[in-house]
Amino acid sequence: MSSPPVGPRPSILKRIMPQLLILGVALALNVAVFPEFFQIDFRNGRLFGNLIDVLNRGAPVALLCIGMTLVIATKGIDLSVGAVMAIAGAVAAAMVVEGHGWGTAVLAALAAGGLCGLWNGFLVAVLRIQPIVATLVLMVAGRGVAQLVTEGKILTFDNPGLIHLGAGTVAGVPTPILIWLALAALVTFGVRKTALGMLIEAIGINERSSRLAGINSRVLLICVYLVSGLCAALAGVIVAADIKGADANNAGLWLELDAILAVVIGGNSLLGGRFSIIASLIGALIIQSVNSVILLSGLPPEFNLVIKALLILGILVIQSPRIGNFIYLLRASGPQPQPEPPHSTQEEAAR
Amino acid sequence: MKDTPTHPMPVLHARGISKFFPGTIALDDVDLRLMPGEVHALLGENGAGKSTLIKCLTGAYRRDAGTLMLDGQDVAPGSTADSQLLGIGTVYQEVNLLPNLTVAENLYLGRQPMRRGFIARRRMNAQARDVLAGYGLDIDPAEPLTAYSVAIQQVVAIARAVEMSGKVLILDEPTASLDRDEVQLLFGVIRQVKARGLAVVFITHFLDQVFEISDRATVLRNGRVVGECLLRDVTQRDVVTMMLGRQLEAQVKTRDTGRPGKTLLDIKGLGKRGMIAPFSLTIREGEVVGLAGLLGSGRTETANLIFGAVPADHGQVLLRGREIGLRNPRDAVAHRFALCPEDRKIDGIVGDLSVRDNIILALQARQGWMRPIPRAKIEEIAQSYVRALDIRLASLDMPIRLLSGGNQQKALLARWLATNPDFLILDEPTRGIDVGAHAEIIALIEQLRADGMALLVASSELEELVAYSTRVIVLRDREQVSELTGDQITPDNIINAIATEDAA
Repeated sequence: MSSPPVGPRPSILKRIMPQLLILGVALALNVAVFPEFFQIDFRNGRLFGNLIDVLNRGAPVALLCIGMTLVIATKGIDLSVGAVMAIAGAVAAAMVVEGHGWGTAVLAALAAGGLCGLWNGFLVAVLRIQPIVATLVLMVAGRGVAQLVTEGKILTFDNPGLIHLGAGTVAGVPTPILIWLALAALVTFGVRKTALGMLIEAIGINERSSRLAGINSRVLLICVYLVSGLCAALAGVIVAADIKGADANNAGLWLELDAILAVVIGGNSLLGGRFSIIASLIGALIIQSVNSVILLSGLPPEFNLVIKALLILGILVIQSPRIGNFIYLLRASGPQPQPEPPHSTQEEAAR
Repeated sequence: MKDTPTHPMPVLHARGISKFFPGTIALDDVDLRLMPGEVHALLGENGAGKSTLIKCLTGAYRRDAGTLMLDGQDVAPGSTADSQLLGIGTVYQEVNLLPNLTVAENLYLGRQPMRRGFIARRRMNAQARDVLAGYGLDIDPAEPLTAYSVAIQQVVAIARAVEMSGKVLILDEPTASLDRDEVQLLFGVIRQVKARGLAVVFITHFLDQVFEISDRATVLRNGRVVGECLLRDVTQRDVVTMMLGRQLEAQVKTRDTGRPGKTLLDIKGLGKRGMIAPFSLTIREGEVVGLAGLLGSGRTETANLIFGAVPADHGQVLLRGREIGLRNPRDAVAHRFALCPEDRKIDGIVGDLSVRDNIILALQARQGWMRPIPRAKIEEIAQSYVRALDIRLASLDMPIRLLSGGNQQKALLARWLATNPDFLILDEPTRGIDVGAHAEIIALIEQLRADGMALLVASSELEELVAYSTRVIVLRDREQVSELTGDQITPDNIINAIATEDAA
């Protein structure tokens, strides 16, 4: 037989198109309730505008979903990231309160987050505990650890270097935006320009086969939880810096769920396998845009969660395989049944 | 029940069935007629469209064109549950029952006999016993399903399908993991089902079995029907020619064993308690060592132990005279070992990854993640193996799970050949593979040996082992019992070695 046709590689743009469309709709809703949404001003050496706010306020979830995407790609999940944020924030605050420099404080916070990640990785990869159970341990216990660090109070600080990370700007752009963009670029580059991305996908799809093919799945698994812990630590530092204090009870509360949601909205399967960090990040921005719509619409705050739930529900329904199948069938009833059906619906139909 | 009509009228008549997948036409205007009381073999190479056709009949796939008549009525099953209710039952190679439930529970799941709102367990067990006795099976239905062999589980699955459906029974490669006696047990059951007037569809790659049990056959090639025939009118050769669309070249029979090279591997007393008794084995370059033995005799265990997939608890392995540690497959791969596992789906393919990624997986794993193989190089490797092994696919980007069984197996071979191994272990390399691919893989083994590779091949196909082995190790009850060399290697001798002491 002849060699197979070399089709164009599936492009990133095609992969993230649904997420971009939803983001577009979410932004359009913002404009609908607040026409000046896209207006950006430059005042006092800083960019101001609702769009900037979305990017800035979305930083913690964006950071979390970078690590979460990798963890979920291995068929795992990391429920502890919210608690790890609290620990990292507490450690950073405690360090500057004790008189250390902000650089040392950030390093210590990262070390704490990394340790938490290694712990999760150890439970999952070495002891083979199910990820949801393994990370539940730290999710529950983590806030306790954070409270021990802050000795039960809200630990406030006024170290300008640390505060800068949450509230400052670089060349007019709020620092958190730069941090998450930089980390996203670093990690995406790191997994896609090396073979890491493919190996992570392989163990997420079939760990047995991957192990038999010579992949060191144990080390890879530990690594993804480590990255997740480090991402959470950075997010924790930013949140603490933003409010100039470490609140062990409330920092990062429920954010693990937003991060998981961002990954899911990004079209990544919770069953592991193929992943896209960029799509997850767009997911994080979608969530933040939805938050923004609710704020800008001026509805009483008690509606917030309900409206958010409805919007998210709508997004997930649009992405569901059934609906995808339906759209595929609508198109297929046209002249040529050529477009690729949405991922895995064939299999689903076979069940 | 209606009285059976005297003139043959198909129970199930599919006409003009077509099914499209992105980039391929899986089925093109396919007709299939199933007569009552007949076993109908569905034949074709891997990728010919057998599975797709079955899935269209059972409602697992929605057909894109064509009609389906059951007892003269138009039907359109929307799901496998639908088709079961309509009367079409299916039994797959991998038994689709619940291993943790009892035999009786499996048989009656979803329609258990009830008594005052509770399951009438005793009545259920009694009924189950009667039903199974009808198939010549005397087993305790209150035992969990896993207490019995795959063959018996198959019979239970058939019994369930027949009880629930009762018009058409589809058997998708039911004999693939059965040994000779078990196949006979299964055939006995099939004959009874046939005698009850059901139409049976039988899919297998074993042509001997087709001719033994089937009355009629439909042959598919590239998604089209090549022909329908009564098997008593044709020879195996005719059928193979139809399947391949060409004459099968006479099998290479030259046993040019050459002279094996230097000793590559010296295994001394390697074993694991409860899994396989310690064994010693020397393998030289340019040599194919065959592993023979019945199912469960320890073939797969031997392969896994040497590859480090299961760490040994005693013994040592010398590679070119040097002791090496094999704690996991990664160690083995680093020493240029390779293993094509028996169970492709579970241990071999990474289903959602592209064929391309699957082919370079082992090579990339050995290089480490820091040194990604450049894109152009990946493309070159993948393309060259697709060409060399004649892997049939629409695109290298397609997920490997969409390939047919034989093509998946070839892609896995490509994965390991790409690592340029010194020692290649093949566990059942031809299981579930059609004749064409079968011959190609045997030729490939011969080629690799001639090129100086050392191979260890475990197989339950004796003729095959005889064709390519320079030595054959016979296993029984997880122990090596004999070694055959040179002219001693004949199917009869292997069977004798397997059977001695057993009979006595």
